[in-house]
Amino acid sequence: MTPFTFARAADTSDAVRLGAAPGARYLGGGTNLVDLMRETIERPAVLVDVTGLSNAIEERPDGSLLIGAAAKNTAVAEHAAVRNRYPLLSRAIVAGASAQIRNMATMGGNILQRTRCTYFYDDDGARCNKRSPGQGCDAIDGFNRIHAVLGASDACVATHPSDMCVALAALDAVVHLQGPQGTRSLALNDLHRLPQDRPDLDTVLAPGELITAIELPALPFAARSVYRKVRDRSSYAFALVSVAAAIDVDGGIVRDVRLALGGVAHKPWRARIAEDALKGRPATVDNFRAAAAAELAGAQPLRDNAFKIALAQRTLVAVLGGLTGAQP
Amino acid sequence: MNMTISINGVDTALPDDPRVSLLDLLRDHLQLSGTKKGCNQGACGACTVLVDGERILSCLALAVQYQGRAITSIEGLANGDGLHPLQQAFIEHDGFQCGYCTPGQICSAIGMAAELRRGVPSYVTGDIATDAIDFSHDEVRERMSGNLCRCGAYNGIVAAIAAQSTEPVKEAP
Repeated sequence: MTPFTFARAADTSDAVRLGAAPGARYLGGGTNLVDLMRETIERPAVLVDVTGLSNAIEERPDGSLLIGAAAKNTAVAEHAAVRNRYPLLSRAIVAGASAQIRNMATMGGNILQRTRCTYFYDDDGARCNKRSPGQGCDAIDGFNRIHAVLGASDACVATHPSDMCVALAALDAVVHLQGPQGTRSLALNDLHRLPQDRPDLDTVLAPGELITAIELPALPFAARSVYRKVRDRSSYAFALVSVAAAIDVDGGIVRDVRLALGGVAHKPWRARIAEDALKGRPATVDNFRAAAAAELAGAQPLRDNAFKIALAQRTLVAVLGGLTGAQP
Repeated sequence: MNMTISINGVDTALPDDPRVSLLDLLRDHLQLSGTKKGCNQGACGACTVLVDGERILSCLALAVQYQGRAITSIEGLANGDGLHPLQQAFIEHDGFQCGYCTPGQICSAIGMAAELRRGVPSYVTGDIATDAIDFSHDEVRERMSGNLCRCGAYNGIVAAIAAQSTEPVKEAP
């Protein structure tokens, strides 16, 4: 680990002031950043500890939920309003990492964990455009079973590993930010980037910008919603494919639907093509299959990961069937 | 500012170097070598300790970040020469072979029991809205999945935790 200065932020303004220093990084639970610092892949000059900032979970009169960015993943997963109104978020959080890590990880830190793959970690043995821009990518022609099939580029095929963010993407979560230029808010779906030719940039955040809160808009039909994760072992493994889903069916017709995929792209993948294909149509397995096929039509497999395309479609169909009770 | 951390009830000075992990503070600075360094990257759970009663991974924790908090490591569980009941249960149920993962397993299981009592859901919880979660075999396996055992003593570990729980563990159907 390279040397750094440690500072604890007393409040949000203090954090943003400290975070404006050259080479400063915000520190949540440290479960990703400390690990990357130990590998000297991340070398911050200053660590600004923001775990003392707001972790409040506030139920607002308009039916939305405002979650302080320092709230621990476990605290959000166990909160009654989340379990009752946004069960897909509770399920996504407890699908991720281990209980110890969920007790450490903050909401803001989970969102800002690095999009990454094993080659990103292999500083000595592999080329990586995300770690060392312009160096090349050894994953594209390497062992790429776990890599992206949607939205990748010639520069990077890594996936965003968060389960929680897949649920947030489906829920149209809004991220509240504060930085040297003031405050703003941003849809979570617009926060993470596709790699294009700059895979070193995971998000659109400006230098020194801090996530202060996450807002979940009211979504009554999310009270029946699910998160399903498919992985190589039954627990404590990254997703090969995951699906977050909520669907509102009235008289057999899909009134509204929210779908997002994990494990398939550089960012949580909101499945808008599938959503549009379903809205206003009968909630039948045939229509679920057609919608899933449309969403994955643009998928581009690498040598080892073509199975993810069929797996993502089947998981989408299974999840929608489970939620609606539609039989093939 | 009070630059100390409580380790098993003893106020201890924090290291000057902020790079020191909580794990290295315990093992290398305080000679509390009960907490084990397995992978040192958050994958194995051998370094699990309790912070104010909650289980965390001490390898991914910078010690300085836990200023003023109360850490309990495996050395803090026993009552004098008497073992903690869960330590005794691990012996009685063959909850270990080589023993390297055991301190982490025991600290983790103590944190897990508190989470279950609080109603924290897990990935295998059927009704996620309920506060009354079954203390079932599947729940224990899922909730302990962050603690690896290379000897494969999992059946004994689950049996020891079950014997120690206030409610009986239901056998898998």
